[in-house]
Amino acid sequence: MSTEPFASAPFIVGTSVPNTSAPGSNPDLPVEETLTKVIAHTWVNDEYKHLVLTASAKSLAAQPGQFFNVLCPSPDEGALWFRRPQSIYRLDHANQRLEFLYKIAGRGTRGMATLEPGDDCNIVGPLGIGFRLDPKWKNIVVLGRGVGLATMAPISQAAAALGIRVTAILSARRPDLALAADLFEQVGTVIKVLDTDGSSDAANVEKILLRLIGEKKADAFFTCGSNRLLQLMKRLGKQHNIPGQAAIEQIMACGLGPCYICVRTFEVAGKKELRRVCVEGPVFDLQECLGW
Amino acid sequence: MVDLSVKIGSVTLPNPVMPASGTFSTEFGKAIDLNRLGAMVTKTVSRNYRPGNPPPRVSEIEAGMINSIGLPTKGLQYFLDVQLPDYKQYTPPLVCSITSENIDDFEAMARDVSVPGVDIIELNISCPTREPGGGNFALNEEHTYAVVKRCRAVSDKPMWAKLSPNAGDVSAVAEAAEKGGADAITVSNTLLGLRINLDNFKSRIGNGYGGISGPGVKAIVLRMVHQCSRFVSIPIIGCGGIMRGEDAVEYLLAGASAVQVGYANFRSPTAMVAIIDGLAKWCEGRGISRVSDLTGAMVDHKPRDVYEAGMMGIS
Repeated sequence: MSTEPFASAPFIVGTSVPNTSAPGSNPDLPVEETLTKVIAHTWVNDEYKHLVLTASAKSLAAQPGQFFNVLCPSPDEGALWFRRPQSIYRLDHANQRLEFLYKIAGRGTRGMATLEPGDDCNIVGPLGIGFRLDPKWKNIVVLGRGVGLATMAPISQAAAALGIRVTAILSARRPDLALAADLFEQVGTVIKVLDTDGSSDAANVEKILLRLIGEKKADAFFTCGSNRLLQLMKRLGKQHNIPGQAAIEQIMACGLGPCYICVRTFEVAGKKELRRVCVEGPVFDLQECLGW
Repeated sequence: MVDLSVKIGSVTLPNPVMPASGTFSTEFGKAIDLNRLGAMVTKTVSRNYRPGNPPPRVSEIEAGMINSIGLPTKGLQYFLDVQLPDYKQYTPPLVCSITSENIDDFEAMARDVSVPGVDIIELNISCPTREPGGGNFALNEEHTYAVVKRCRAVSDKPMWAKLSPNAGDVSAVAEAAEKGGADAITVSNTLLGLRINLDNFKSRIGNGYGGISGPGVKAIVLRMVHQCSRFVSIPIIGCGGIMRGEDAVEYLLAGASAVQVGYANFRSPTAMVAIIDGLAKWCEGRGISRVSDLTGAMVDHKPRDVYEAGMMGIS
């Protein structure tokens, strides 16, 4: 079997030089298919893994909320036939690293979980439209649940870098699933709400959000990972006229737009429309999201 | 230097590799140099806006995918006003894929896209989840002949008919397309299939059935290309499971003059470029100077005497 890493060898990702671009990639274009090396790959808890990859200059130019389409190894005797979209957890510019924090949820992520340090990993990206920050904002609230928290980390860091104060509400089933609390603590105030003590209950999260609104700590809302919390933030955002953004996921194929596989329903001025998560998102206006 | 150019009727393509309709748009230009392609093929255009089919629109299967996306389109006017000028920034010939659920409108569509900038019209008469007379004309010879003839009569553009692998006798449908006046046939669209979710006993596809594509269909479609090539004298564009240069070579040997790449674009945005490079490299390695010499170069298959064959070495 060939060890060519790209389309000419669809079944395996071979060995090669890190950060080599696939034939046909062009340095002037914003997206590239590239081979990265796995630097580290560790369990965060019994459901989530943290993958650290080498990052090319183009990968490092990615914005918070953008994603990469990852060619995962197979977890079983079959093959995987689609890439798996992964939102950025962290871009480490100093060490030139791209990091994902993901939940093992299906065949693709089970396969991804088998990557070991030193392995090649073929990624396409950066893709999609990320979060937007208005420099006029002084305080933002990020609200995420479970693995959705990973997606909220880069925007929280970017906000802090602009001098915007961040309140991060981390929702999880148990304390060890409140991901990246240390990272959020570096850039803002952390409020953990958990299923184990009932504090993740929607009514309690609503109370917290109302208090933040009252204290003028909510110039904008950001959310990912929970339909229930999205609906809550959308309702309060509408009532209190607070702009919001939500990161959304969907089964995806090409990642570039043409296939129209990753569509979801949105609503603008009472009219429903389909949008592609890969190019019109994955970050959308919260008031236009319908949840799932 | 290998001469990669191929002639499809009156049109010369710089190389034989192009996308399959529905898997490509100028959005690929964010990741690859589109001017490397042999041609560009639009997503299928219908007269009016179509939202497409309910998600989920796709599922992985062994050796490829099953999809029912439902030909979403912003409609003819949007294509003419916005998408066509966008395509014309690039040099490869433009193939405009069109469809309709009725023959009168199909004819009108063929007329309406016969505008400067469109180099070739591909008649998508084979959307697998439609009825024989309601868009999937290619399930049957009479429907195919009728729709191709009507479209042919109203346009001077080169016209390709995209056939269905779900027809009972694809080579008879190919003949009907040729008789109707097609300048070439594309073989083929996806194979109708089904995948069931064992958690809830429902189809994995929002629309129920879907079309299968990817390397798993390659041997089937390759056989269809070979069969069709014995029944028609117009060029054939092979389409089914091409992942690498060698797959394209197989299609050319079976009788295709060019190939379309679908599923592989989803796996790798650089797939088409890798296939073009792979094809050139393969020809170079074999001392073949013109890729067009490969078309139909498969050795005629004559079964040997069983005992004689049983004495042969392994190759």
